[in-house]
Amino acid sequence: MPALACSWDVATRREQGWGLQRGGRWGRSQLSPCAPAPIFALLQALSSVDSVMMMYPFFYRPQDLRLEEGWHLFPLEQYFQQIAAQTSQWRLSDLNRDFTTCPTYPADVIVPAAVSDDTLRRAARFRQGGRFPVLSYYHPRNGTVLLRSSQPLTGPNRKRCPEDEVLLGTVLDEGERGFIIDTRSAQAAKQARMTGGGTEPKSSYPQWKRLHRPLERGRPLQESFIKLVEACNDASLSMDRWLSRLESCRWLSHVKAALSTACLAAQCLDREEASVLVHGAEGTDTTLLVTALAQVILDPGCRTVVGFQGLLEREWIEAGHPFHLRCARSAYSHARLKQEAPLFLLFLDCVWQLSRQFPFSLEFGESLLLTLFDNAYASDYGTFLCNNEKERCLCKVKENTHSLWAWLNQPEEKKKYLNPLYSHNPLVIWPSVEPQSIQLWQGELGPALRQLPFSKPKARAVLARRHHLGWVACGGLGKAALLFPQVTHNPLSPRLILPMDPSLPVPR
Amino acid sequence: MEHIRTTKVEQVKLLDRFSTSNKSLTGTLYLTATHLLFIDSSRRETWILHHHIAAVEKLPLTTSGCPLVIQCKNFRIVHFVVPRERDCHDVYNSLLQLSRTAKYEELYAFSYNPKQNESEQVKGWQLIDLAEEYKRMGVPNDYWQLSDANRDYKICETYPRDLYVPRTASKPIIVGSSKFRSKGRFPVLSYYHKDKKAAICRCSQPLSGFSARCLEDEHMLQAISKANPSNRYMYVMDTRPKLNAMANRAAGKGYENEDNYSNIRFQFVGIENIHVMRSSLQKLLEVSGTKGLSVNDFLSGLESSGWLRHIKAVLDAAVFLVKAIAVESASVLVHCSDGWDRTSQVCSLGALLLDSYYRTIKGFMVLIEKDWISFGHKFSDRCCQLDGDPKEISPVFTQFLESVWNLMEQFPQAFEYNEAFLLQIHEHVHSCQFGNFLGNCQKEREELKLKEKTYSLWPFLLDEQKKYQNPLYSPDFSPELTLLEPNTVSFNFKFWRNMYHQFDRSMHPRQSVYDLIMNMSEQNKQLEKDIKELEAKIKQKNGQPDAVLMKEHQQSAHPAPMALKTPPCFKKEQPLIPVNDAVRTIEGSNTADNRYSEFMEEFSKAEPAVVSLEYGVARMTC
Repeated sequence: MPALACSWDVATRREQGWGLQRGGRWGRSQLSPCAPAPIFALLQALSSVDSVMMMYPFFYRPQDLRLEEGWHLFPLEQYFQQIAAQTSQWRLSDLNRDFTTCPTYPADVIVPAAVSDDTLRRAARFRQGGRFPVLSYYHPRNGTVLLRSSQPLTGPNRKRCPEDEVLLGTVLDEGERGFIIDTRSAQAAKQARMTGGGTEPKSSYPQWKRLHRPLERGRPLQESFIKLVEACNDASLSMDRWLSRLESCRWLSHVKAALSTACLAAQCLDREEASVLVHGAEGTDTTLLVTALAQVILDPGCRTVVGFQGLLEREWIEAGHPFHLRCARSAYSHARLKQEAPLFLLFLDCVWQLSRQFPFSLEFGESLLLTLFDNAYASDYGTFLCNNEKERCLCKVKENTHSLWAWLNQPEEKKKYLNPLYSHNPLVIWPSVEPQSIQLWQGELGPALRQLPFSKPKARAVLARRHHLGWVACGGLGKAALLFPQVTHNPLSPRLILPMDPSLPVPR
Repeated sequence: MEHIRTTKVEQVKLLDRFSTSNKSLTGTLYLTATHLLFIDSSRRETWILHHHIAAVEKLPLTTSGCPLVIQCKNFRIVHFVVPRERDCHDVYNSLLQLSRTAKYEELYAFSYNPKQNESEQVKGWQLIDLAEEYKRMGVPNDYWQLSDANRDYKICETYPRDLYVPRTASKPIIVGSSKFRSKGRFPVLSYYHKDKKAAICRCSQPLSGFSARCLEDEHMLQAISKANPSNRYMYVMDTRPKLNAMANRAAGKGYENEDNYSNIRFQFVGIENIHVMRSSLQKLLEVSGTKGLSVNDFLSGLESSGWLRHIKAVLDAAVFLVKAIAVESASVLVHCSDGWDRTSQVCSLGALLLDSYYRTIKGFMVLIEKDWISFGHKFSDRCCQLDGDPKEISPVFTQFLESVWNLMEQFPQAFEYNEAFLLQIHEHVHSCQFGNFLGNCQKEREELKLKEKTYSLWPFLLDEQKKYQNPLYSPDFSPELTLLEPNTVSFNFKFWRNMYHQFDRSMHPRQSVYDLIMNMSEQNKQLEKDIKELEAKIKQKNGQPDAVLMKEHQQSAHPAPMALKTPPCFKKEQPLIPVNDAVRTIEGSNTADNRYSEFMEEFSKAEPAVVSLEYGVARMTC
């Protein structure tokens, strides 16, 4: 029964318009939209299974994968070794092995070699949720580092914590300067003091310069996403209404803000040669958005399929982005959940923008982003389950579910996600963030499908496919590939193999 | 040239248009008879044709010099700072004179000499033959004939000499109808759809006022209707908003009364007039030219400019027209007020959607020659070729190109040409370098003797065809798609960044997929050629009487070509690889393009109160 429930779960979401590629595997997904009320109530209940352990990944057993496969592809140890090969200033600490110091950090974290575990424990008490500053990325070109944490608990009385000051102090050499990028506005950071939070005062952290780059998160970001989806689903909109709704949903502003902030962090590291600490409030949302995005911009390694998976594993999953809370219901839900917020989607959108501007620099294509998006919201795999490593351990996710990476990395599967134009680009990719350069990652073409001026089966099939995929490129080759699978066989470019998935069913 | 007061100014700064900290390049400004030239310290040249200059503006003096802003018709905007005010004043005055031409004969086309001999020049002009084009469409035929009524431009000055009309429309009907139409522009054939036997016809508004009738005009429409055996009714599309058409009635003009014409279906489609379009573009450019623009300001500006709404209206009208022909097999008569702006847009876009020929490079040239040049779209007035009434300027042709671009975005495989082709045509519509677009109508062009004194643009575009080819084009990718059915839902219309920011390089993707595919396909073609040559060689060898050799080859018939193929392939690839690399070079990693240096300068100042981190990308203040 629970397994069935999960399949219903999948089916409902599909019915609601979020095309799940592999959903409804028992052929039960063909629900009529006007299903009788009791069935609907049942679906409502089933599609919101509360217990993680009752979720589908715990029951999904594909034949060609082994359970343990893919769970240990990206050990932090391995990432640390790369850093250790270049500098001895950092060490791998397992002080959080029992998740007591910080319940949302993984067991292992990379910290300054000169700082003892004891100091770290004390510093952790000064940071919200115990998220003390840890290394997120080491920039090999000049040895600068990107750190992330949560806000310091200065509170209304401007409390200080010598251990935290020592920890941040050791990162910088004498006379060196670093930047703290606070993803809240200066005012919001100040206000946070009233509730015990706050930000690093200049007097206690003299080497660090604070910059405020407010990024939206939580409820407002979710509202923005819902409004965007609603606008996209209304094909009857006049041009003026469409533009004004696109504007008022502010989604593209959030994309621009996220990209600019990530660029800023990247710029500080690469050009200014200064280390950077990023935090917002809890350090699990916008913080991760900025640090992960900055790495895609800076590090060619993160732009490969496997590197990108490693990045997600390190900077989103292990770093404690609460996927279970943030990615529960997507844009369609009557029960608007308090914790729901599409930060991960915003990240994928930004990566997509990068792929538009640097079409040869990312090894993966749009289809990987789409697949990740789908899986973050509802998956056969355990990779995005739970909110942090602690929960994953408690639920024995790694023992009892399959890893998404294991599935993605099967040669047959991986092939679908490759960008045929990829060629290794060792440079930093600086995107343009002018509004004219930012595109809407168009999806939600469902209604457009029904209102074709005069439809032909072919056009309908093509559009259906776009709908099915959910999110689709606009412009450029991505679009060509999706609109015209035949491009693959274009006689002009026999070497071109576009990332099409011929096995995908085309709904009629 | 008597207008040039100073030919060279040194130490001029060229400001970056979107930089907030006034980054600039220093160089020398030259004034020639035809161009303004700026060469910066790294020897990069910026050429601006005088005819491209739409406006020159001198801004108030600053500490670093006298700012001079030049806006071009191809949407390039340059911002110079000239150190001495007198120089600036001289340049300003010279440019004012040079960019305003009073007579056609002073235009660049009359002095442009591309080193072609006379026969090449004549051949160039013969490249596009409209009689040939009508033959391709299938006229003259049983229903349509060539009329000599306008042989001497006696009936309508702004029409071409050769006009196609229904066989049943006699000369008196033509004459009568033309008298009842604004500027004498009576209904004539624009496009004939062979399979459906339906026609796109065009004319100007009738002089109907509140109640006037004209029997000849009614006969004329009847004749058009009868010339289509597959449908007994026809559509009359008035491309204006209904309100505008009604207002015209007070001036003795107006629109067809359905009661007076038998079997017509009358329809307004609501495209705004040239004045609305002009100010809409103005607003669009104001918004897109703003420094440090936020996404919301951009979108609300885009909305309030109304530009995309107008583009959608034009395409919607074309879709309506195409539906009438493709679905109902009905002929359509299109008009607006004078029948040379909106009518040209709708007729040409309709034909483009219906007929894949117009989606080829040559076909697109033919389409422009036919529906725009020959039918008298007033290029001279609309593009302000001569110093004239600013109220006549309007981006009607630009809108046509933008509509085509939107179609290209929706149907990436359907067009033989690419975006660069559209941009190049747009460039030359304003450049006055070639004779094609000079003047307002064919009669005027003949009087100017353009075919003797100037050159045609088309052969030059054909010569560099490779640049304009769409690598994704496949003419037969789907035969059922000869008819394009665009989806005109609002969110399919996008801001045309490559048109309005063509010269703002930092805004564009840093790697071009199209270039890469083009290069790859070139490479492939070369390889295929090599294979053929080698195969031919093998055959030759096999044909030799040397029995031993022959035997050897026959035994290894298949592996042999493979083995032979390899070395030349590598040889060929070597010169090609750098080409590839050039394409793959990333502009974005160039610090200059990212406007990074200014950040460094800013930062090196000790403890600035405001740190501006900028690379055309992210900016911050703290």
